[in-house]
Amino acid sequence: MDYEVIVVGGGHAGCEATFAAANKGHKTLLVTGSIEKIAMMPCNPHIGGSAKGIVVREIDALGGVMGKIADKTLLQMKMLNFSKGPAVRSLRAQADKVAYPKLMQEELQKHKNIDIIEDHVEDLLIEDNTIKGVKLSNGKEIYAKAVILTTGTYMKANILVGDTRTVSGPAGTRPSLYLSENLEKLGFKILRLKTGTPPRIQRDTIDFSKTKMEPGDDKYYTFSFDDKPYYKLDEQEPCYLTYTTEETHKIIMDNLDKSSMYGAIQEKLGTGPRYCPSIEDKVVRFKDKERHQLFLEPESKYFDDIYVQGFSTSMPHDVQEKMVHSLPGLENAKILRYAYAIEYDAIDSRDLYPSLETKLIENLYTAGQINGTSGYEEAACQGLMAGINATLKIEGKEPLILARDEAYIGVLIDDLVTKGVRDPYRLLTSRAEYRLLLRSDNADLRLRRHGYEVGLINKRQYNKLVKKEDNINKILDELKEITIKTDKKITLYDYVKRVENSIFDIEDKLKNKYDYLELEQAEIIIKYDGYIKKARKEADKMRKLENKKIPENINYDDIPNLASEARIKLKEVRPLSLGQALRISGVNPSDISILTVYMKRYFNDNR
Amino acid sequence: MNDTICAISTAVGIGAISIVRVSGDEAIDIVNKIYDRDLSKMDSHTINYGHIVDGKEVIDEVMVSLMKAPKTFTKEDIVEINCHGGISATNKVLELLLNNGARLAEPGEFTKRAFLNGRIDLLEAESVMDMIDAKTENARKLAMNGIEGKISNLIHEIVDRLYDINSNIEVNIDYPEYEDIEVMTIDNIKDITSFIDEKLNKLLKESENGKIIKEGINTLIIGRPNVGKSSILNKLINEEKAIVTDIAGTTRDIVEGQIRVGGVLLNLIDTAGIRNTEDVVEKIGVEKSLGLIKEADLIILVLNNNEPLTKEDKELLELTKDKKRIIAINKVDLETKLDESELDGEIVKICATKDISILKDKISDLYNLEELNNKELTYLSNSRQISLVKKAISINNNLIKSLNDGLPIDILEIDIKEICETLNEIIGESYDEKLIDRLFANFCLGK
Repeated sequence: MDYEVIVVGGGHAGCEATFAAANKGHKTLLVTGSIEKIAMMPCNPHIGGSAKGIVVREIDALGGVMGKIADKTLLQMKMLNFSKGPAVRSLRAQADKVAYPKLMQEELQKHKNIDIIEDHVEDLLIEDNTIKGVKLSNGKEIYAKAVILTTGTYMKANILVGDTRTVSGPAGTRPSLYLSENLEKLGFKILRLKTGTPPRIQRDTIDFSKTKMEPGDDKYYTFSFDDKPYYKLDEQEPCYLTYTTEETHKIIMDNLDKSSMYGAIQEKLGTGPRYCPSIEDKVVRFKDKERHQLFLEPESKYFDDIYVQGFSTSMPHDVQEKMVHSLPGLENAKILRYAYAIEYDAIDSRDLYPSLETKLIENLYTAGQINGTSGYEEAACQGLMAGINATLKIEGKEPLILARDEAYIGVLIDDLVTKGVRDPYRLLTSRAEYRLLLRSDNADLRLRRHGYEVGLINKRQYNKLVKKEDNINKILDELKEITIKTDKKITLYDYVKRVENSIFDIEDKLKNKYDYLELEQAEIIIKYDGYIKKARKEADKMRKLENKKIPENINYDDIPNLASEARIKLKEVRPLSLGQALRISGVNPSDISILTVYMKRYFNDNR
Repeated sequence: MNDTICAISTAVGIGAISIVRVSGDEAIDIVNKIYDRDLSKMDSHTINYGHIVDGKEVIDEVMVSLMKAPKTFTKEDIVEINCHGGISATNKVLELLLNNGARLAEPGEFTKRAFLNGRIDLLEAESVMDMIDAKTENARKLAMNGIEGKISNLIHEIVDRLYDINSNIEVNIDYPEYEDIEVMTIDNIKDITSFIDEKLNKLLKESENGKIIKEGINTLIIGRPNVGKSSILNKLINEEKAIVTDIAGTTRDIVEGQIRVGGVLLNLIDTAGIRNTEDVVEKIGVEKSLGLIKEADLIILVLNNNEPLTKEDKELLELTKDKKRIIAINKVDLETKLDESELDGEIVKICATKDISILKDKISDLYNLEELNNKELTYLSNSRQISLVKKAISINNNLIKSLNDGLPIDILEIDIKEICETLNEIIGESYDEKLIDRLFANFCLGK
């Protein structure tokens, strides 16, 4: 055995998977096409965002690395949705596309449990439906107890620009040519997906006076629960807002047939993400809109690329030139890199267990875009979970499965393995039913204990958590004891409960001194108590169904009365519990009743 | 595999034709065994002439409808045998089916299968069950409207509007910096809360009428001894054909009889045998009277025209003042000693031994029976549905309170979602995926 774990791919999923395995003490090999492209951000320059920012905190709470690296390299930080309620607040950093990957590479390279080699994996070594290792493009075989595939958009990648299709990975990198075919031979269903990225503009060719400046927040934040801020408020890099014009729309409509997505390429194309339409899509689908917002975002302190968020396209280069020059402030802009669409292979995520182990091959795990997701954070959190679960399996332990009321990560993975994807999957706050429980502010309270139990959170971090929990309880107790006289005499607890009051108004009346985050936590618990309880109750209902396990050997063909669509879907997904079964689209509550009755009759009786 | 069920689907003994329905995987095979032609060779959705036979003996001359799965009521193969030979022949056909492998259907089992096989939603299933139970023409109309999905449409409309609001809120949250997307404001949500309040309360009010149509008006005749309660009760029961008299032993054992006034049922509540004792309050006590009064939809409080108001009368007037009530001043043929100025509300003067038509007209008036008879009826007609609507109204009230308290929009959305879930429970639908679909269909966003 050469290694305990091999991670294939050095993107955001691969980095987390590698660190998770290595930090848990396992000898880990990272195979990447190019060391200097490890942790590259080929599309937007953000870490975090709505819902995603909460995922970054969850990753940190569990002992992952994304938040810590981002904290140390960010250009700007914002707390989104501050006024919309505690449950939806989420951090977003403008990341530095040079500094972030560089720091990640350094951390990987100096880790004693991690080896890195530059190559492509083109086949898997399998015996008795169990993974034994990988075969590199140079024919070399490397053996390991577990393999994690985090191939991103590289499997059979094609770059689409206008009417041309080029066999290439993102930003001109080499794609993986044979891996998806070999996976298909093993019985995996392969999907063809597509995503796109906008053009990059040279900073000093933009007239920013014609745009609106969008600065960072004037308050410090960090993703990590262990970090102090590394940036300076007044040194944050701003973004800029501009809009498409009538002329832009005219150029697009006049040249629509030249776009890869609108007929320039004849073959059937992969499915693109609904949440991230190209500018062509926006103009065609929303004809009445006079203009669309575009954000001009710096990509790094170390080079002067500007990312045009909202302007992804698969038009040919000459049309892109015209489109860019029709934008206010970009009349004389120089395009450094043209926009493109990329098509790639992914597997059907319903072929996975919630541990991210594949159902077909034991000890083989997949994470990130190969599972049909999109986004750095979505990838990273899967990588982390795959790393944790692959090593737990090696250690002979039960996998860590996060529930939907426990983490966005739980929501994401459950959606993947239960519902599968049609278009690249992005996390949205609306996907989380119990999001009042899944807040940015309580990610550590929700998940650090798990991180400690699996061995990614150390004793010092754990003690800090326990102290925080104790202090929150102490605050709540003190607030209930101490009274204050307003119009009448009330407890501080009741005072804080009122929407118009803040815990920080009466902080000095408390007997002990507390941390800002502890006070904030107590305030949220008090103010939204009724709603939090409501969400908890709903979540408990779901947990009950979740605890009703469906026997693995159930034969859905034996169950009378099941609707045929439900029967097909249940056979496809093979849900582990009634709760999961209910979330499969096409399975109705009446099917669940039938299933329940069947299980009662046939399984309880036979026991 | 589903076993094959059969039942006589028409009312027994009424009408020239009775239909025996067979549904299930073996429906065609089983009927073939007792039919003198070969159904398996016939096209689906046809009606075929032939005979039902027992060996060589011809039992009946029949028309047999053949409907093959899945386009049938139960989504299973259905065969319907139209029998012409009266009760005994129909029973014989049923017996033959049972002997050849079919099982007698439980009450409502065809509908249950239709629901379980996804042919109809829960609301429709309940409507079909209501139709089977419908006792009056109005109730039947109500059931029909349920089946056609009018109620579903109404619920869908409300849920749709809520989902529009929610998807807008979600977009604001997921794309916080897209300033060209309309931001859902507190005022927008206030509009929706009053919309919900109005729509649901209207639905509830009409539904309560619907319940009256279907289940009847629980009517309590009350008054102190010797005012003429029994005369009124007897007169009502004798003049109108009593549908049920004495259904003791059921949960409704307080109901003396059901009569029909216009198109609506009155469930007459017997206040513990008022016909015999004439002495309600004394006999059953104020507490029990209170219970009965609470139970009743309509109180007919009987007073004696020939006597001034007594303490007991006043007590009863007080007890019933918040109820829907008709004060019946009886014995108008005798000298008037009652001071009418002390009374208010709906008053009729009758002589119960002779004519109570004024009282019946008043009942019709009070429940707008004419209107109910003619109107397109779109009501929720069972208590499960009504209680869910009530729940939705109460969550909406909570939402209004939270709005006024100034809670953030994300918190408010929890109430909005709960209202949707509650309403969806009525029609048994889930909307999760639809919300996300709508997010992307209606808004323009993305990198």
